[in-house]
Amino acid sequence: MIKILLFASLREQLGCSQLSFDEGEYPSSLFALKEKLADKDDQWRAVMTSNRTLVALNQTMIRQDATLHPGDEVAFFPPVTGG
Amino acid sequence: MEHRNRISTLISVQQEDFDPGAEYQQLENSKSVGAITTFTGTVRNLNLGEQVGGLFLEHYPGMTEKALRAIVDEAQQRWALQAVRLIHRIGQLHPGDRIVFVGVASAHRKEAFAACEFIMDYVKTRAPFWKKETTPDGDRWVDARDSDQEAAERWR
Repeated sequence: MIKILLFASLREQLGCSQLSFDEGEYPSSLFALKEKLADKDDQWRAVMTSNRTLVALNQTMIRQDATLHPGDEVAFFPPVTGG
Repeated sequence: MEHRNRISTLISVQQEDFDPGAEYQQLENSKSVGAITTFTGTVRNLNLGEQVGGLFLEHYPGMTEKALRAIVDEAQQRWALQAVRLIHRIGQLHPGDRIVFVGVASAHRKEAFAACEFIMDYVKTRAPFWKKETTPDGDRWVDARDSDQEAAERWR
């Protein structure tokens, strides 16, 4: 299983804070996962294709593609505004 | 790099307020410290010309702590520091409330100034916190600023 988390404005925009995929239901790479999520509807497509959307794999920000493994946690969020 | 073994660091992500004076005293503890810099960030009552009644700070539990630890580790690799204290508040805050504290103790002022600024620049661009403001026109997510990104780029 892999877990997907959404934060802040992206969570509100999509009305979803978390979802998960069981074994065999998710693609083998991060970019393919984004494509799969983008296929859900226009809102998801807008978020997944926006260059403002940041991605963290297992709680570390990542820009390039990566292979997905069981137990992975993938998070999508807007640019951070702390401090 | 033996100074890295003696360094004291403490990182907190918390709802509660903190006492900058007490934190300062902790940093003062070692006799070899020659410079202490601290930064305290507070909630402004105006942002982009709008009255701000409150600020909600969301974060990504688990990643937040990891990201802050990575920022402090990097500061320690760049400068010879003796102590670092980092506190970031989460949850509902109001104008005038303290949000963030960075304290750095070092032998010399240059390191202490630089590390304090570096840590803040990276917290603003690399740690997963998001601010939502309450204004008379309703709630709105605060937009990331290009100037913060540029400030962080300086350290590359």
